[in-house]
Amino acid sequence: MSKITDGAQANLVLKAESRNLSFHYSTFHALKGINMPIYEKKVTALIGPSGCGKSTYLRCFNRMHDLYPGNRYEGEIRLHPDNTNLLNPQVDPIEVRMRISMVFQKPNPFPKSIYENVAYGLRVRGVRGVATLDEKVEQALRGAALWDEVKDRLDQLAFNLSGGQQQRLCIARALATEPEILLFDEPTSALDPIATASIEELIADLKDKVTILIVTHNMQQAARVSDFTAYMYLGEMIEFDATDTIFIKPKNKATEDYITGRFG
Amino acid sequence: MADMTVSEIRKLITRHKRWDLVFAMIGLFALMIGVLTFVALFTGMAMDGAHRLSWDFFTNFPSRRPEQAGILSAWIGSTLVMLVTACTAVPLGVAGAVYLEEYAPKNWVTDIIEINVTNLAGVPSIIYGLLALGLFVYQFGFGQSILSAGLTLALLILPIVIVATREAIRSIPGIIREGAYAVGATKWQTTADHILPYSLPGILTGVIIGMARAIGETAPIITIGALTFIAFLPPAPFAGDPAAGPFDWLFAPFTVMPIQMFNWTSRPEAAFHQNAAAAGLVLVVMTLSMNALAIYIRYRLRKNIKW
Repeated sequence: MSKITDGAQANLVLKAESRNLSFHYSTFHALKGINMPIYEKKVTALIGPSGCGKSTYLRCFNRMHDLYPGNRYEGEIRLHPDNTNLLNPQVDPIEVRMRISMVFQKPNPFPKSIYENVAYGLRVRGVRGVATLDEKVEQALRGAALWDEVKDRLDQLAFNLSGGQQQRLCIARALATEPEILLFDEPTSALDPIATASIEELIADLKDKVTILIVTHNMQQAARVSDFTAYMYLGEMIEFDATDTIFIKPKNKATEDYITGRFG
Repeated sequence: MADMTVSEIRKLITRHKRWDLVFAMIGLFALMIGVLTFVALFTGMAMDGAHRLSWDFFTNFPSRRPEQAGILSAWIGSTLVMLVTACTAVPLGVAGAVYLEEYAPKNWVTDIIEINVTNLAGVPSIIYGLLALGLFVYQFGFGQSILSAGLTLALLILPIVIVATREAIRSIPGIIREGAYAVGATKWQTTADHILPYSLPGILTGVIIGMARAIGETAPIITIGALTFIAFLPPAPFAGDPAAGPFDWLFAPFTVMPIQMFNWTSRPEAAFHQNAAAAGLVLVVMTLSMNALAIYIRYRLRKNIKW
């Protein structure tokens, strides 16, 4: 299931992989034995109809489910090169979140200044030097293609930005700590088409620096931004392959039906 | 609808709309009962007592001669008791609420605690007075002091502070909390950097509303034995000879505004009744200005927070 069809296997470095990953919300079995590789400095998209478990799967990668009682993981997510099992109860979820950042569905800046929003992850890590903070904040804002728009008003409230700018601010916040993997949970679903285009462009730029895993309900978006695509349905991984293969000649009939709009 | 003519539809609407008017009248009347009663009371009090309001009234001790009597010991007593109440109820209430919302596991024990906290808000205040008499006055040996009174009122408003703080914390969207955790914050970092600052307007509102209630409480203060006639002030820190300790005032006997009022009302002379009205006026203004402050703070702090 996790084999890639064409010869593109060369030059790919494995960044993470889920092995037989299952997840339960109390009594609901949400993910069923998912095996999937995440390749370094590539964009991997998760697609599938609502309720298929793609967001649930994404939120396993930064142990977001640990925040709520009754949730249970089975199986492993191995993070390379150190081969740490992210789901191991002995591994502190905070350690996982320090290595893997996340951008949410709705822009969720803190009601603080633009600067403080970006600096927060660094402050949490104990970075105190003003010069270091300034430099990293600028770097992150540049990385999120927001620097030129906000450099003169870093002390203004983040809420004064437009929705698309807020989402790029959240990307800057996630980038500031130089994560190994960046998770995107439908990052454009609350944005207008122009803001969406700018975020997609940004994702394309970012993959030179960071490994990206993105959930999207928009198939065109997956086709545009991703190198690999996984199709999920009812908590199962139906097909994983290079994005071109998935969209041009998927091996699985169910994937083809979903892609061509006959279902979903 | 086809079997109704346009004029029939119009008549029907007119008939139905009559009920709008009827209910509006009933509602206005119900509202006015409350508002007018307060206005009448306040005006009556102002007419009786306003002429007694002068600088002397605030700087004189109570006296046997009504025209020389003032509320100095009462308003200072009320202020100091409120200080103790605030310093106790705010840290306890906020810490309790933060624990319940952010830290406590959700199980039947915390459910029972929750229900109890809510119910505590409905316990008659005299019960708190009795509890405090046994616990603070005798058991802990704090005596009939400002400290005992402050702690009693703190217990009384603790549920109000806890409930307000929890409401404020709950109004923070989950996605903001997740945002903080997602960058690797611990529970305490999330609480200190986000939960507390963003719930501050709600917390302050709850605290001030609780204080406004506490300042008018009479029953528990009488129960623990506040004096009704007192012609000296608590010792100021480091003042006098020998110099008072910094916290001696906590253990001083005291009186508060409502007790001073009660004392004057129970006198036969009409002049004392005017004093009571004037003191009542001061108390109402104190309470209303605390509420106004709560509204202002909420407005100011909420301006930066949009959700």
